[in-house]
Amino acid sequence: MTLIRHTLYMTLRHLRELWRQPWFVAVTLVQPVIWLLLFGALFKRVIEIPGFHSHSYIAFLAPGVVVMTAMFNAAWSGMALIEDINRGVTARFLVSPVRREALIAGRILKEAVVVVIQSLIIVVLALIVGASFPGGIAGVAVLFAVSALLGSMFGALSNGFAVIMRQEEALIGATQFILLPLTFLSTTFLAANIMPGWISHVADFNPVNWAVVAGRSATSAHADWGLVASRAGFLVALTALCLAFATNAFRSYQRSV
Amino acid sequence: MRHAIEAEGLRKEYPKGVTALAGLSFSVSPGSVFALLGPNGAGKSTAVKVLTTLAKPDAGRAVVAGIDVTAQPDRVRRTIGVVAQGSGVDIQATGRENLRLQGQIHGIRGREIEQRAQELLERFGLAEAADRIARGYSGGMQRRLDIAMALVHDPAVLFLDEPTTGLDPEVRADMWSEIGRLAAERGKTVLLTTHYLEEADQLAGRVAIVDRGKVVAEGTPDELKRELRGDAIHVDLEREYNGTVTRALAGVASIRDVAVEGRALRARADDGGRAVPLVLQALESHGVEVSSVRVARPSLDDVYLKYAGRTFDAAEAEAEVAR
Repeated sequence: MTLIRHTLYMTLRHLRELWRQPWFVAVTLVQPVIWLLLFGALFKRVIEIPGFHSHSYIAFLAPGVVVMTAMFNAAWSGMALIEDINRGVTARFLVSPVRREALIAGRILKEAVVVVIQSLIIVVLALIVGASFPGGIAGVAVLFAVSALLGSMFGALSNGFAVIMRQEEALIGATQFILLPLTFLSTTFLAANIMPGWISHVADFNPVNWAVVAGRSATSAHADWGLVASRAGFLVALTALCLAFATNAFRSYQRSV
Repeated sequence: MRHAIEAEGLRKEYPKGVTALAGLSFSVSPGSVFALLGPNGAGKSTAVKVLTTLAKPDAGRAVVAGIDVTAQPDRVRRTIGVVAQGSGVDIQATGRENLRLQGQIHGIRGREIEQRAQELLERFGLAEAADRIARGYSGGMQRRLDIAMALVHDPAVLFLDEPTTGLDPEVRADMWSEIGRLAAERGKTVLLTTHYLEEADQLAGRVAIVDRGKVVAEGTPDELKRELRGDAIHVDLEREYNGTVTRALAGVASIRDVAVEGRALRARADDGGRAVPLVLQALESHGVEVSSVRVARPSLDDVYLKYAGRTFDAAEAEAEVAR
């Protein structure tokens, strides 16, 4: 009970922090919109490639943009932790009876909340520009869930590396290094059957792709629930591992104070 | 409970072989104000980190409010309030939000925490700024908010690690009266660390002087100063003379505590003005050339020199190198 309460206190603190930066919120909301409209227009005709089984590129792209946005935002989660450490806020919490797990869990829960809000906006926009999600509300809910999972996973990784590196520049470098490759080594923009073979093989092991595949299938007319369940299962397992990593990293940080 | 805080033979070594605590021992009786006095790098902050459960000692025992710090850290955390060196304020939240969260962590909720926060905001002169983001607070305001947060759960023992470092003299004076009032609160024990002698003098009932991770002297401020009666004589030499200076002054009866560090000579005398001609005469007869002489009332440097065997500046420089 205490753990849940403390986690919620921390989540609210981080959400309030975000809310107080209207420009940041605006950019965070506009960015996925640009991706959806820009990439949607740029690659509009790829559906004409033989073998690309989709009638509308926007409908194909939307789940990918939802997932991509989740990762792109949550992956920066650790930056705020470094700031807290540098400003002595973390030390103040550590000499209080706050549950240690809540200090990490609160940040990750915040990322999950933000992911769901962003996803909702992207889906509504996609509907406006003509996409449809025949999988219905259940399908969209699955898309949100896998995105939130992926966001939590990257949030955990980012916080774990943040306490290990404890330097904003190093974390920025590491984050930028992985984001785009992970996106392009997935079916976010292109269907697997028209990719170079090696990329589609790599994509099978890419958690970003797991989320895209599960989300896209769940929102389609003929959802492959076996596929969705397996990819969601992989995500749950990997997210749990990343959470364990972040918690351990934080523990070793505590010992080094 | 005989002591509110008890440190016994605390040892702590950081990686790279930096010894922060080398058998630090002291005890604080309940309801009193106790100061750890020493230069940067003496080990004061590490001592506070150990006593507040932030760092684990390599050896020794730490007991706060009768609770063993390493065995039951969580119970200790409920009992203590901590104002760390530098601020712990969340500058993206308002003063009230900072207080509210700190109270919630301590299990104070609902109307109780709202009342408590308002009370503390008023008491620390932050009522007007309560709903402004703390980023815009002055250094003094942030410090007052730090103290208010440390008090939100009415702790029995309060730790103040260098509470006035980095504040302007005026704000420092305000902070002193604030801390003085705290100490007057019944039953609250305060441990403060400082490198200002005046601060320890003004606020603490007892003072322990810390050097190289150990307590080298302890007593009331008056006791410590009494041992330093008389004036300090500072002599700058033309060059380094090594042993000659000490030999030259061995025959001067009216001075004591002679210390030479490079080209700087320090000594103490009951009457500095009378001692100076004798000192100069003795130095001249041994061929030691003097470039300047000053006579001063005892300073923190002198207290420190007496107990630690080196000057405050030398100790800080050494700590800097070690870091």
